Amino acid sequence: MDYFAGVLGKLNTHVFPTDKVTLGAAISIILGGLLALAFLTYTKRWKWLWKEWLTSVDPKRIGVMYIIVGLLMLLRGLVDALMMRAQQATSVGTSHGVVSVSTFQQLFSAHGTIMIFFMAMGLMFGLINLVVPMMIGSRDVAFPFMNLTSFWLFAAGMILINLSLGIGQFSAAGWLAYPPLSELRFSPGVGVDYWIWSLQIAGIGSLLSGINFFVTIIKMRCRGMNLMKMPLFVWSVLCTNLLIMFAFPILTVTLTLLFLDRTMGMHFFTSGFGGNPMMYVNLIWAWGHPEVYILILPAFGIYSEVVATFSRKRLFGYTSMVWALAAITILSFSVWLHHFFTMGAGADVNGFFGIMTMVIAIPTGVKIFNWLATMFRGRIHFASPMYWFMGFVGLFTVGGVAGVVMSVPPADFQLHNSLFLVAHFHTMIVGGVVFGYLAGITYWFPKIFGFRLNERLGKWSFWCWFIGFLLAFIPLYILGLMGATRRIDHYSASLGWQPLFIVSAIGAAIIAVGVGIFILQIIVSIFKRKDNIDYTGDPWNGRTLEWSIPSPAPSYNFAIEPVVSSRDPFWESKHLSKDVQPEVPHYKSITMPKNSSIAPIIGALSVAFGFGMIWHVWWLTIISLVAVIVSIIIRLSDDNTDYVIPASQVEKIELSYKEKRALAPKEKYA
Amino acid sequence: MSEAANPAISLEKSNADQTKNAKTLFGFWVYIMTDCVLFASLFATYAVLHRNTFGGPSGETLFSLPNVLAETLMLLTSSFTCGLGILAARAKHKNKVLFWFLVTFVLGAGFLFLELTEFRHLVITGNSWRRSGFLSAFFTLVGTHGLHISIGLLWLAVLLAKITSKGLSKNNLRQLTLFSIFWHFLDIIWIFIFTIVYLMGALGK
Repeated sequence: MDYFAGVLGKLNTHVFPTDKVTLGAAISIILGGLLALAFLTYTKRWKWLWKEWLTSVDPKRIGVMYIIVGLLMLLRGLVDALMMRAQQATSVGTSHGVVSVSTFQQLFSAHGTIMIFFMAMGLMFGLINLVVPMMIGSRDVAFPFMNLTSFWLFAAGMILINLSLGIGQFSAAGWLAYPPLSELRFSPGVGVDYWIWSLQIAGIGSLLSGINFFVTIIKMRCRGMNLMKMPLFVWSVLCTNLLIMFAFPILTVTLTLLFLDRTMGMHFFTSGFGGNPMMYVNLIWAWGHPEVYILILPAFGIYSEVVATFSRKRLFGYTSMVWALAAITILSFSVWLHHFFTMGAGADVNGFFGIMTMVIAIPTGVKIFNWLATMFRGRIHFASPMYWFMGFVGLFTVGGVAGVVMSVPPADFQLHNSLFLVAHFHTMIVGGVVFGYLAGITYWFPKIFGFRLNERLGKWSFWCWFIGFLLAFIPLYILGLMGATRRIDHYSASLGWQPLFIVSAIGAAIIAVGVGIFILQIIVSIFKRKDNIDYTGDPWNGRTLEWSIPSPAPSYNFAIEPVVSSRDPFWESKHLSKDVQPEVPHYKSITMPKNSSIAPIIGALSVAFGFGMIWHVWWLTIISLVAVIVSIIIRLSDDNTDYVIPASQVEKIELSYKEKRALAPKEKYA
Repeated sequence: MSEAANPAISLEKSNADQTKNAKTLFGFWVYIMTDCVLFASLFATYAVLHRNTFGGPSGETLFSLPNVLAETLMLLTSSFTCGLGILAARAKHKNKVLFWFLVTFVLGAGFLFLELTEFRHLVITGNSWRRSGFLSAFFTLVGTHGLHISIGLLWLAVLLAKITSKGLSKNNLRQLTLFSIFWHFLDIIWIFIFTIVYLMGALGK
């Protein structure tokens, strides 16, 4: 027995799930995976997948991989959400609903964790990878290998969190795992360890990405693009990365301390031995509040690009938009305590953080008014990204007002941990973040793949999301005011809450239809790509540099490095006939980074490392850690990481694009 | 025409090397800043917990200042020899580089040895990290610095091996510069640990 404990740690034959819901989920994930493997083998695409995608350091491909993972995790988190809604709609009076209490606790913990870390962060880094290098007129990011490694660390975290479905169980301590509940004494299983290690590994990936894109934006802008000529999306990404660099180290520390408590018997957050649980809550929110701004700022950037493009107008109030972003970036570090006014820090402290929370609404309001002013007297084109934007303006304003309501500490004492709060942050994150990223995916899709997404399905998807959202969350606002707390798995029939919970469940189902249509939109568009093909490289009549190059963008983005002199360089080149690219180009050879198989290996080893940590399989942990170190040393010793595309080949590629562009039907620029 | 023979291309290449160096250096500084935030979080944690001894011993009774003084002198001297090594690298004196960085390595290893001896002593006398919130915070803060020192030593060992075999190549020179930034940074963090943990602890503040 001792022998096995040494080799297998805490693993034994009882770790596999027994309840039907979890088992079903695990089996469907395994079946889905097998189906994908069978398809790859049948179409003989293994080599292609490895060479062209998994080891690619091209940020556009890395971006696509992030987005695929993000959308898969959207489905996973959505299933969790549907089951929670089903439970709360049915678990009333004598009925105890569809899932067990312990499954329900894992559901809400997994839903929050997956949606924030693996859906929203995935889509965000996906879009940043796709667009930022092109927007700043660069061929690549500052550290291409590190960029791919970041993706693989993110993927490793994602794999670990999904492993918890089939091996052991997930955390039941909520998405932020507050101690003392998350301490060993109250959560003796491996659930919290899964939570710690999937976030730790993915979080380090995010931190590396943050550094990478910060350096990219500071150091690799094309000639003429000074800071105040950067597109607003680039500004928003710069601010987000600044936040990542300041916030994610705090997360790393917090998770490590919780791990040390649980595994080494330390006393940071225990209730005895001089630990202090409230310190955890402070630390996690010192990361957590900036984190929500990390997610929303790029969405703000996307809206700024979308609204200017589809209003055919210069963005209104560019300078004030930049200052608003900067103000939000700084203020976001001074509001974290509003997540726990009820801690008892006293009236002065609560008052300070309440006022700071109200203050941060001001720059956000500035942005809303600037977007509206951009639309004012513009020639608005109602393409589907614009639908997402308009849905966002409405929802975000409602959600923002609800937030200001809760920033008043006495009001918060009533609303703390209620469904009103749940409704508030879902309005911000779904209506703000998710709508923004879906708009971004629709908007930049043609730049990556050379054809647009099906507009009709895109609009249907929007309407399902929008109507479903209202149906799902307005009842939660009302329920919260009626006193319903979050995370309840059962309530008394006499409260009269059930009808509202049923409406909410119907709303969630409609959102699910919206997600389904969005996926369908991608599939239909791929099959019918001839209908929406884009020969020009500029399907939306865009304004910024990425639209000046052909679609799908070549691996090197720009055959000739652009020089800009204004904020909307491509728009001006089209309308004032000032060219970003010379008439008769003189191509030079281009140096690009080579693909790397070390990054996916580091990702795989990180999964093994995390798995060993979770299950106390120490030999696995040590071996994989040593292997990671060796991989890094090998990579650092490699002096030969670049290859050269000769000028003749660049010319050939560019000519083929020109021929394609000549095929374009005479355009319908309005 | 080969690429090396074309002066325009070789000029472009050296420009590319320079931008690569600039990017790496800047990126490394940014990383150092994030590491500062990491240590700041640990210092804050220590500040909150340093009185939570839960009936156990406090820093006043536990810390031995002569030992800490020896550690400090070793680390400061290693930072100095690291600087001498960088000067030698600028002058392209391979053997001097090897010598000074070897001295740096030995001093760093000595520091680590003293630190581990202190930890061992604490654990043996029943004052391990399990004893109280204060000791958890102490071991984690000082241990995280020690972990950084260990990573630095590993990095330096690999670098020394590479310099011995490949000489002062561009890649190796770049990494030496980064290493020296890292090493000086750890020195600064140590000054804070020395002051806040040991000096103030020994004074019972």
